[in-house]
Amino acid sequence: MALTTTTYGYTKEHSGEARPVSADAAAADSGSLTFEIKHMDLFYGDHHALKDVSMDVRTHEITALIGPSGCGKSTFLKSLNRMNDLVENCRITGDIRFEGKDIFREVDLLALRTRVGMVFQQPTPFPKSIFENVAYGPRLQGISNKGQLSEIVEQSLRQAACWDEMKDRLNQSALGLSGGQQQRLCIARTLAARPSVILMDEPTSALDPISTQKIEDLALELKEKYTIIIVTHNMQQAKRISDKTAFFLLGELIEFDDTVKMFTDPSNPKTEEYITGRFG
Amino acid sequence: MNDSHFAAKKRLDSIMTALFRFGAYFAVVLLIAFVGYVMGEGCRYLTGDMLSFSEKGLGNQFFNTLYLVFLSLIFSAIGGIPAGVYLAEYAHKGHLVKWVRMAVETLSSLPSIVVGLFGYLVFIVMTHSEWNMLAGALTVSILMLPLLTSVTEDALRTLPESYRLSSYGLGASKWQTVLHVLLPAAFPRIMTGLIMAAGRGFGEAAALMFTAGMSTDIHWDDWDLSSPSCPLNPLRPSETLTLHIWALRTEALEANANEQAAACSAILMILVVSFSLIARYMSYRIDKKMGGN
Amino acid sequence: MNQLQKAIAKAHRNDRTAKILITACGVCMALVPILIGLFLFYRGTDTFTLFHHSLTEFLFSGEWNPGDTAEGGGKVGAAMFITGSLAVCLLSLILTLPFSMAAAIFMTEIATPKARRLLQPAIELFTGIPSVVYGFVGLTVLIPFLKSIFPMPFSFSLLAAGIVLAIMIFPTITTMSADALAAVPKSWREASYGLGATRWETIAHVVIPAAKGGIATGIILGLARAMGEALAVAMVIGQMKVFPKSLFLPASTLTTAISADMGGAMEGGEYNAGLWTMALLLFLLSFAFIFLIHYINDLSTLKGEKK
Repeated sequence: MALTTTTYGYTKEHSGEARPVSADAAAADSGSLTFEIKHMDLFYGDHHALKDVSMDVRTHEITALIGPSGCGKSTFLKSLNRMNDLVENCRITGDIRFEGKDIFREVDLLALRTRVGMVFQQPTPFPKSIFENVAYGPRLQGISNKGQLSEIVEQSLRQAACWDEMKDRLNQSALGLSGGQQQRLCIARTLAARPSVILMDEPTSALDPISTQKIEDLALELKEKYTIIIVTHNMQQAKRISDKTAFFLLGELIEFDDTVKMFTDPSNPKTEEYITGRFG
Repeated sequence: MNDSHFAAKKRLDSIMTALFRFGAYFAVVLLIAFVGYVMGEGCRYLTGDMLSFSEKGLGNQFFNTLYLVFLSLIFSAIGGIPAGVYLAEYAHKGHLVKWVRMAVETLSSLPSIVVGLFGYLVFIVMTHSEWNMLAGALTVSILMLPLLTSVTEDALRTLPESYRLSSYGLGASKWQTVLHVLLPAAFPRIMTGLIMAAGRGFGEAAALMFTAGMSTDIHWDDWDLSSPSCPLNPLRPSETLTLHIWALRTEALEANANEQAAACSAILMILVVSFSLIARYMSYRIDKKMGGN
Repeated sequence: MNQLQKAIAKAHRNDRTAKILITACGVCMALVPILIGLFLFYRGTDTFTLFHHSLTEFLFSGEWNPGDTAEGGGKVGAAMFITGSLAVCLLSLILTLPFSMAAAIFMTEIATPKARRLLQPAIELFTGIPSVVYGFVGLTVLIPFLKSIFPMPFSFSLLAAGIVLAIMIFPTITTMSADALAAVPKSWREASYGLGATRWETIAHVVIPAAKGGIATGIILGLARAMGEALAVAMVIGQMKVFPKSLFLPASTLTTAISADMGGAMEGGEYNAGLWTMALLLFLLSFAFIFLIHYINDLSTLKGEKK
């Protein structure tokens, strides 16, 4: 089995407080690379959707992907946990490495998706209770002990800042929550699977400003322990929360730099046009 | 164009409207009269004697009907639900899928007597057995297969794609996604399908003539499963309510044949109508719930 | 291996097993009708191979006198059953069609949407009512009624069977047609009214032509149901082995002959073989109905109509 999750797993001494997973790895890993993408091309049938994209994603940073609709930013994001495998006729060439390993050849698909979690544009709770939603990932990973599950659920809900509002209704259907609550529940669900990376595909575009604010705060908190890659339509959001920003246009990565530099002194005129709102 | 032309047009329109109205009313009145007759006639004879579990009553036939339909539901669920999962989740476009779809369609349009003959050949002649309930249940389950397959397929297809994506996103395999997310989410609809199938099973007769047999002999104090008169032994001949009506009308030897048939019809009508009403109410509730979210 | 790795390995294993099992179920499903067809073919061709009757004799000869022995030597002409089936089907279609169309048009075009929501499920409910119940009511109500108005020798008759079947297929045809009519875009109706057409003109020239594919499908499904119905017909048709000469005389159909005689005919005998051939014919007919439906659907989609 080509499993690459050597530093990863549940251990008893970790099950107590805060985050067990990458807490100790954090110091060692800071500054290291989570994703290395080199000369990646993606085709939907004949359509050349991503052209020669190369990018490094640093551990414990928030990387924002911006660009007009249809520029390929979401497609790029979905390639990182191989969700594009589900799309018929989708073909990827080039090199994508996760923690130094080729995600297509050296990492098990299920292990990759466990370690690289994803939050979608629309909140996507399962038609189960709040508890079962969050417990879904751990259960997949073979945890069936009720006490252990409860602990993980509580921890994840706390991390996603929804424990206080949901702790009394854990057994109620998740479909009864508001949109913003559902989205935070989905983040908790992703966290419960103990990933090291969280991919967010326009997570706030379906939410009201207050819920958006909460999710942004959450992202900033989570970056202490996770690497976050977020696709966003909202340039202010990218500016507010991200460390690095990548600007996509028509399937090409036009510019990739520190967010501060990108928004004050972009090196490509197209980037400047986009961020000053002249198109898109 | 003049006034008389318009007048003629209008006259024709009102005549046709009246005709449609009459046709529809006539049909509806006929159907209501039909139900009214069956229920009225049947309930007159639904006495305690008639409902008893003895030679004279219909209790044994009633029990056979329920037991047989229950068994066929189990068999067809075992075959039909996975087949529906296959069509909705596993099948790729290609010849095999076309073939399976065609099979579902063919099965659903086969006359039940033809399926009954197949059951007779395979479950009675080839196994050298007597008429028995198991053969009847297996035969009826073939008739239920297409309904359950397509209900399961539809139920899975109407689920939002986000269920699949988020499950995969959490590292679930396809089977884990199907088993732990999709099937539970589709369960109410599949349940509705099972109830619909049961409603049809109650009315089945032609498929049972040559499989389940037209006699029944149950001793309610005999609980030895291997005994031919044990109620729960599926390897005994078991006449159902429908077969009882058929037997009474064609080879009526009993004096109160007419009363028995009327009572049987009423019981069947109540069973079938209540099951299909339950199924309808359930799917109405599901749709409303889905629409609310 | 740690717990996660074990869980993933197990997930992969289960995934592979499930895929194989589920696909096997799908394939088995596809095999069932093929198996049914093969068995019917195997038993149904005995008439031609073992007892050396010709297909023409079976289809067109009216002499039905097969030997109930393995030696055979009788006559196996099923023409009277075939014509009986066709006559009953046609009769029931003629009887039910005006009412079905009227009811379908009434529900979609004349009645309020609320009334339709009530009427259509009520009518659909009747598709589930057991056929023996229809047969029972036919026996106890229809037969005496017919006898009181027509001078009939037996009162069991082709007409009685036609009426019972007409009532049985009414819900099928009506609901299918109503669905087809309701699927015609509202804007087409509005356009027609806008041109000064009356309701009847709109129905006759716009709505019905647009829905005719769906209506045809409903009719064929109804016909298939009528063709395959056994017991309800057997209870009122009189089961006399003669050609259907008059509406008021008894007759037989393919299904009634099978249901009446299969239980008594000797396994492996000529009589038995003849009945299996009739079952094979029923199987092929229901296949033909499906092809017809597909053909009509293809025709409608080719013309760019909505199904």
